[in-house]
Amino acid sequence: MAPMLTLRGLTRRFGGLTAVDAIDLDLAKGELVSIIGPNSAGKTTLFNLVTGHDRPDAGAVLFEERDVTALSPETLAARGIARTFQLGRVFANLSVMDNILIGAHTRLRAVRPAVPVIGPLIELGLALLRPASVKAEEERLREEVKIILARFGERLLPRIDQPAYSLSYANRRRVEIARALALKPRLLLLDEPTAGMNPSETAEMQGLVAELKAEGLTILLIEHKLEMVMRLSDRVVVMDEGKKIAEGAGEAVRNDPKVIEAYLGHGLSGAAEQESAA
Amino acid sequence: MSSWLDYTINGLIVGNVYALVAVGLALIFGVSRLINFAQGSIYLVGAYIGWVAVVQLHTPLPLTIIVVAAAAALVGLVIERFGLRPLQNSVRIAPLLATIGISFVLDQLVMLTFSPNPRALPSQLPDVRFQVGGGTIGPLDLLIAGVGLTSALLLFVFLRYSKLGWAVRAASQDRDAAMQMGVDVNRVNQAVFGIAAALGGVSGMLVGMYYNQIDTAMSLQATLKGVVAEVVGGAGNVPGAVIGSLLLGLVESYGVAVFGTSYRNLFAFLLLVVVLVLRPNGLFASARQAPPEPLTGTFIAPSRPLRIPRWALLAAAAIFALLPLLPVSFYVLQTLINAWLLGMLALSLTLVAGTIGQVSLGHAALLAIGAYTSALLSLSAAVPVGLAIIAGGLMSAALGTILISPSFRLRGHYVSIATLAIGEIVSLVILNWESVTRGPIGISGIPPLSLFGYDLVSPASIYWFSFAVMVALALLQARLLGSHLGRSFRAIRDDDIAARAYGLSLNRYKSLAFIFGGFAAGVSGGIAAHLYSYINHETFNTQQSILALTVVILGGLGNVVGAVVGSVALVGLPELFRIAAEYRILIYGIVLLLLVRFRPQGLLGTI
Repeated sequence: MAPMLTLRGLTRRFGGLTAVDAIDLDLAKGELVSIIGPNSAGKTTLFNLVTGHDRPDAGAVLFEERDVTALSPETLAARGIARTFQLGRVFANLSVMDNILIGAHTRLRAVRPAVPVIGPLIELGLALLRPASVKAEEERLREEVKIILARFGERLLPRIDQPAYSLSYANRRRVEIARALALKPRLLLLDEPTAGMNPSETAEMQGLVAELKAEGLTILLIEHKLEMVMRLSDRVVVMDEGKKIAEGAGEAVRNDPKVIEAYLGHGLSGAAEQESAA
Repeated sequence: MSSWLDYTINGLIVGNVYALVAVGLALIFGVSRLINFAQGSIYLVGAYIGWVAVVQLHTPLPLTIIVVAAAAALVGLVIERFGLRPLQNSVRIAPLLATIGISFVLDQLVMLTFSPNPRALPSQLPDVRFQVGGGTIGPLDLLIAGVGLTSALLLFVFLRYSKLGWAVRAASQDRDAAMQMGVDVNRVNQAVFGIAAALGGVSGMLVGMYYNQIDTAMSLQATLKGVVAEVVGGAGNVPGAVIGSLLLGLVESYGVAVFGTSYRNLFAFLLLVVVLVLRPNGLFASARQAPPEPLTGTFIAPSRPLRIPRWALLAAAAIFALLPLLPVSFYVLQTLINAWLLGMLALSLTLVAGTIGQVSLGHAALLAIGAYTSALLSLSAAVPVGLAIIAGGLMSAALGTILISPSFRLRGHYVSIATLAIGEIVSLVILNWESVTRGPIGISGIPPLSLFGYDLVSPASIYWFSFAVMVALALLQARLLGSHLGRSFRAIRDDDIAARAYGLSLNRYKSLAFIFGGFAAGVSGGIAAHLYSYINHETFNTQQSILALTVVILGGLGNVVGAVVGSVALVGLPELFRIAAEYRILIYGIVLLLLVRFRPQGLLGTI
């Protein structure tokens, strides 16, 4: 079966720095692949390239066998790619409900008929008039949001009408993931979903990601918590200074000397060599 | 051929003056990522201090320059200390609004002190011309060039070799890192504002001498020109600002040579729009940078809007609807009619600036488009006034959206600059397109308001008409906010990157917001045209844009009820307290400043 996502020679340079350096990657349907690596290894830049937030200087991105290199984020969202952000980007002044409804935006059909040129004007008219079909669609999505929120237990449901800025940090991360799920993604990119979470919150999140994987969702995960990575991933890709330095099953990658060096730092291992030489 | 040399020299001299303003703007932007809309006011203050020194105190030229530089620097320090430093940890929209408020306060103070009439600022140099090649050059030209070069040199030495200069450069490269290394950012800000103000003040004085005339309209023009030059050179880039200024001077000078004086500003603003569209980081920006990842929700203040019960709104609407039946004076009705017209503009602006976060400073242009369309249709094509007003609204929606569309890819402060420039362009086109707009003469004899063939002439009928239109627009807007478009607009405001990641096209939704808002503003302008019976290119000016912005901030960004309450408050209270007209704009400026400082979410809260 053809892979769902294929990256070939993906490269992005910032001035003299090559943030992403000729990355190749294949992701099969239903697979969960984790990308690990030290800070500033280029992981988030890679996500930005795949989701259209940044354009590669070279290389190609194929999604479901179609070339999607440098398409806009909104087009990619419509194709079924959802992502979360490293620093957490909820819509601060929107309620939890509205945040997640935005996630379902690409699935609005009744209120956004696919009419060329005057489509936006029809959308404006339908939003103001609200015929039964539009109301029904909105109602259905609101019910769906509650089902998605139920995945997080009692974390978000009681706060459904509160503005996102009033939520705890962990809850904002949950809202982000709920928003991504509302898109009904074919490919989900999670950028450090457990950053800043305590161990019990991390375990909860790990359970959720495992559940999503079991449901057959294809997931690309950036994560620093190695234990979680080892438990969840079908494969692990290690990046350092923009390059892929290792790829394979969790345990094999963990014991790779190149990976250990990348994590301990080049400066440190260099210094150790000098010491042993002296 | 010789005249071309003259135009070139003139362009370079004017460019040199712009450079003094633009360099200050670039320094400030570099350190605090802020476009200082008060820069032109300092330039104005400099010109008037120069006038006091030259005409009243008879100071010799070198002393005049020193006095102006010192006094302007002092104004800059005061602005930094009391206007902006308290907002350091505030939301990003706050300092932008604060500099706008400061600029209005300063301009009005100058106007109240010196009267709005132009004054002559005599050059203190002998009036001789030297032949250079085919053109001529005077001592004042040389002085301006000299001051320009000297200050560039001094600035270079300061930034390069002094410890504080190092700190300024460090802070502009990476403010947080500089702070961690022990750079005192407050001192850096002080230094930058002081220098920028001194340069701006001297520049204002030199321009006054160059044209031998100063007036209070100089301020806005200077801010605009300085910003154009700075953005063309690349915001925050000091050498870029100098080159941008010279380029702007030349473009204007050649434009004037080919098309005539009234086109001077049009060229400046077109240059700005072209640069913003094609190279938003300026002509000399380096290769594209990593996409910024700002923290969410920092542009506007988080707030919980006040929920007003439906019965209270109904009761208030009923009272206002029945008002003309009570024994109230014509004066009260007239005041409230003005409030309803302003309310429509504020509804439009609260949607555009508040709901979708595009702080427009050129909103009066939408009034003008609506007013001219409606006036011309009813006059020339004999279209019934009611239909003409609707056509004005539609024209404003369509044309306004098309004109503003180049700014859709811009963010934050850049949107404000672009809308300000586009507003000026509209006013200049109205002035110059005589065959359609009757140019500077304006349009007179516009038929009065009428509905289904009945003329609305009594104050009560005009009151009811404008009140009903405003209420209808407000209800429509409330319905819009309750739809999926409401949340989509607000999502784009809160975080446009995340919004795009979920399929929201910025072009599509910003267009829809401007179409909807443009209609309300155009209708307001149309009604105003038939009410005033005479309009010209200055009827709808930047002051109205700023007044509407103050209303919007007062009521709460995006807040429909807030826009109406704010309009009644800002139109009604000055009338209630019988405040003289010339003090009103001063008061609006002060209200804006106090709101930004103490209640950025407005009275009723941001929605």
